[in-house]
Formats: sequence, C-alpha cells, structure tokens
Amino acid sequence: MKTVNELQTKILVDNLNFYYGNFHALKNVSLEIYKNHVTALIGPSGCGKSTFLRTLNRMNDLIEGVRVEGSIKIDDRDIYVKDVDVVDLRKQIGMVFQRPNPFPKSIYDNIAYGPRIHGTKKRADLDQIVEESLRASALWDEVRDRLHESAMGLSGGQQQRLCIARALAVKPEILLMDEPASALDPIATGRIEELIDILRENYTIVIVTHSMQQAARVSDYTAFFLMGEIIEFDETGVIFERPADQRTEDYITGRFG
Amino acid sequence: MKNKKSNQAVFMLRNRKKSRLRESGYKYFFLCNGLLAIFVLGGIFYLLLTNAWPFFKEISLKEFILTKSWNPTGWNGASYGILSMVVSTLMVTFGAMLIAVPLGIACAAYLAEVASPGFREVVKPLIEILAGIPSVVIGFIGIVVLGPLLARILGTSHGLNAINGSLLLSIMSLPTIITLSEDAISSVPIEYKRASLALGANKWYTLIKITLPAGLSGIVAAVMLGMGRAIGETMTVLMATGNAPAFPTSFTDSVRTITSSIAIELGEVPYYTTHFHGLFAIGLILFMMTFFVNLVSDLILNKYQEVE
Repeated sequence: MKTVNELQTKILVDNLNFYYGNFHALKNVSLEIYKNHVTALIGPSGCGKSTFLRTLNRMNDLIEGVRVEGSIKIDDRDIYVKDVDVVDLRKQIGMVFQRPNPFPKSIYDNIAYGPRIHGTKKRADLDQIVEESLRASALWDEVRDRLHESAMGLSGGQQQRLCIARALAVKPEILLMDEPASALDPIATGRIEELIDILRENYTIVIVTHSMQQAARVSDYTAFFLMGEIIEFDETGVIFERPADQRTEDYITGRFG
Repeated sequence: MKNKKSNQAVFMLRNRKKSRLRESGYKYFFLCNGLLAIFVLGGIFYLLLTNAWPFFKEISLKEFILTKSWNPTGWNGASYGILSMVVSTLMVTFGAMLIAVPLGIACAAYLAEVASPGFREVVKPLIEILAGIPSVVIGFIGIVVLGPLLARILGTSHGLNAINGSLLLSIMSLPTIITLSEDAISSVPIEYKRASLALGANKWYTLIKITLPAGLSGIVAAVMLGMGRAIGETMTVLMATGNAPAFPTSFTDSVRTITSSIAIELGEVPYYTTHFHGLFAIGLILFMMTFFVNLVSDLILNKYQEVE
C-alpha cells in the first residue's frame, strides 16, 4: 500500500445529490478517488452504488427525469457544467458492465468500434490498437487466430475481457466497472481480478461489487454505501478489519444486506 | 394422520396423471393446427398445379414466359404471354419498396429510439389502423386524388400508371414494415446501446452502427412481408394502374399486374378452356414469386441468426 502523500486525486466528488424524479437516490455524496488506485464501492442492492458509478461518465443522462446537484471534478474539471463534451468525457472514462455485452460483430470490430468513433480510420493503426488492447486484457493469445470471427462465440469470461479490451481501446484514464464478474464462474472471475490488478498501474479503477471478498482482494480503497449515502470510506484494509461505523461492520460481517 | 397422508399421496398422483393427460391434449391440439396450415397450403398448391396443367399441354413454358402479349381472345389468334404482367408486377413492387423501405425503417427507428414513449403509444396503433384500410378505399384515393395530381405533375392525360400503383402500394406496405421493424429495433438488447454510448458514440452513430445491424434480421423479415403484400395486392393496383396489358417501358406507363389480370378475367372466362387454365398458370407464377420472396427472407434470417 502506498503512503498517503503519494496520492493524487483523479476524481473529486463534492456534495453530490441525485434524483430519479422524486426519488432521492444519492444524498450528499462526497468522495475522492485516487489516481492509479482501485476504489471499490460496496453496499446492499439499491444503495446507489451503481447509480453513483454512472454519474461519473454521465450515463444517467440517458434516463429521463433525473436531476444532479453538486459537483464531480475529474482532473479539476467539473463534468456537469454546460460546455462539457460528453463524447470526450466518455472517451476519457471506459466502462465495463455487469453482463458481458459484446456487440454482435467480429472480435476485431468490437475493439475497433471505439477508436473508429474517435476518428482512427487507418487499418494499420486499428490493427495495432486491437492487438494492444487484447494484450492488455490478457485475451490476445486466446483469440489472435480468430479476430474476424463473431465475438458471440467466446465464453462468458472471454466476452467480459473483450469488453474490457473494448473499453481500453479508446485509451481512457479511468475505468468504471459495474459488477464485472457477477455473471462469471469463479475461474473467469479470478482472471478478471488478476487483470484488474495489472490494469491499476495505468488506470484509475472504480469497481462496484457485491462480493466482499472481491472488494478485499482487488481494491486499495473501499466506500460503503447505504440508502444513497456514503457511510464510510477508507483504505480497504481498514474498512474490512476495523471499520469505524457499526453499520459497515454489520454489512461486511454479513449481518444484513 | 397416516391415513390422511396416504390420501394426499393418492390425490397428488391422480393430479399428476390428469395434468399429464392435459399436457398431451395441448400438444395434439397445436399439432393439428400446425398440420392444418400445411394441409391448406398443400391444397392450394395442388389446385393451382392441376388446373394449370392442361394449359401447359397446349402452350409451351417458353412461349408462356417469353411472350409479351396476353390476349386470349384476340381476333388474329390468341396469345398467351405473361412477360408484360410479370414486369409490371415487379416494377410496381420495386417502386413501392423504393419508397416504403427507407421511409418505413426511418419511421421505425424514430419510434423506437427517438420518440417519447407517450408519442409512441399514440402513433403505433394509428399506423396499425392504416393497415386496416380496405384496399378498395386506397384504390379509390388513387383514382380521385393521386391520379389527377400525377397527371398534372407529369403533364399526361391521366395519372393511372405504375407510379400511382407504387405510391399506393408503398402506403399499404408501410404499416407492416414500420410495426415489425419497430419491434425488431426495440428488441435489440439495451446493453449494446449502453456499451456504444459509454464508448463515446452519439445516438445517431449507435443507431446506424449497432442498433440497426443488430435488428437486421427482423427488419429484413419486415421488408419481405411488406413486399409480399405489395406483390399480392390486387384491388388497389387494379383500380389505380390503368390496366393496359402492354409491355411497360417506364413508370409513367399504365400497367396491368399479374393479380389484376386474374381478377379481371377469371369472372368472365368460359370454364375449362385454355384461357381458364391459363389464368391458373398465371396464379401459379404469382404463387411461386411470393414463395420465393418468403424463402429468401427465411434464408437471410437464418444466416444472420447464425452470426449472432
């Protein structure tokens, strides 16, 4: 674990409130997410952790009738002011979803999709990005001979690593993962966790997880959400060994949730 | 206590037997329905074939297909050529698809992806009502509204021509294309769209690159069904295309399609003459055309399903 004075803030969330219509989903959430570290968001279902994750790349904009108050700054730039280009924002922030969701296209076209949006057209450049991304997500050796076959033919775990590669292909700085292993078997989960461990060197990772063990294994920092509030945020070791709040302790020891 | 338990066991056993019986009952009921549909299809095909058979004993297939003029009651000898009709039908259908496919898919994409749910709830049933307008009413509109309008635009004496038929048929096939395409587009998993948007794609790019390709099999099926309707439509084209049994050279010519020819002549033809059997031969060709369209759409569907 690195010492505190090395930490660099990547995302600064200040007094964030989020509403779905009349439902107050996030209440005064303030949080610092540190560069090149893994931050886990834990909490029972419906506590707002996934909603919070989606506020970071403004995916909630797609839902009608939502309202955001407060500020989220990434590299000191507020992402909710008017002149923010959502396309640029999402280029900077990759996202991996709960269920593997490769496009019904070839493996190659899945990876090349993002770079093509952002203007990379040359075949040679795309070839290189595809290889780099697949190597970074530890999938290259398994699929190098069938890049032009449908991604739907991959196993669940491979599909999820493909989705990670797809997210990496646009060269983001931040990676948001929404329960990335919840639909996978233990072996595939293990591979995803190994991958997260490698990716932390180059990316700032925020991961939502229902698995306490997973949070303990992969993350440096953990935030515990309950009913739309952050109850406790600290180094993962502290949260799991000597939590300050009784509710945190109840949750991690399995007394509720 | 013990007695009660065994009673219950007997009861459950009996229940299970009953439900198994019901299960197989359902099975045979649906099997019968399925077989009935196949039987009717086979029956129609058999009827067409046996009634067309005497015709082909007199007129060669080559003559039938390659002769332009269809004139069974001509003064200087009868001629039995289907080419003009087939070309007319293909022209009118092609014209209709040229209009209805882009318009229909765009409409469906708008309804599925852009329109607010409230708006969609109102508009979709309205479009489905459009499908229920009797073809004779559409044909009427073709004669009294579209015909004069086209005549004025084209500077011709009347507007009953292939364009008129194409426009009307496009309107008639639009509801099928829109409704089924909208279903296909709506059923594309939202995860695909989310993934695309999270990579920084805008709505438009996502629609073109992800949603439409993912829904392609359904859209193709929708278009094929719309096309089937256009090929088989009779009353509208009978009323609006001018019924000139000549070989069409442009869309501004009056045409007579396969369907109109059958409808016009079958009522007046003496039974069991060459002419009578000839009309069945025409019907057989029409049947084969629609069958071919359906077959192609099936093949396309299967191909895309394999990729997914």
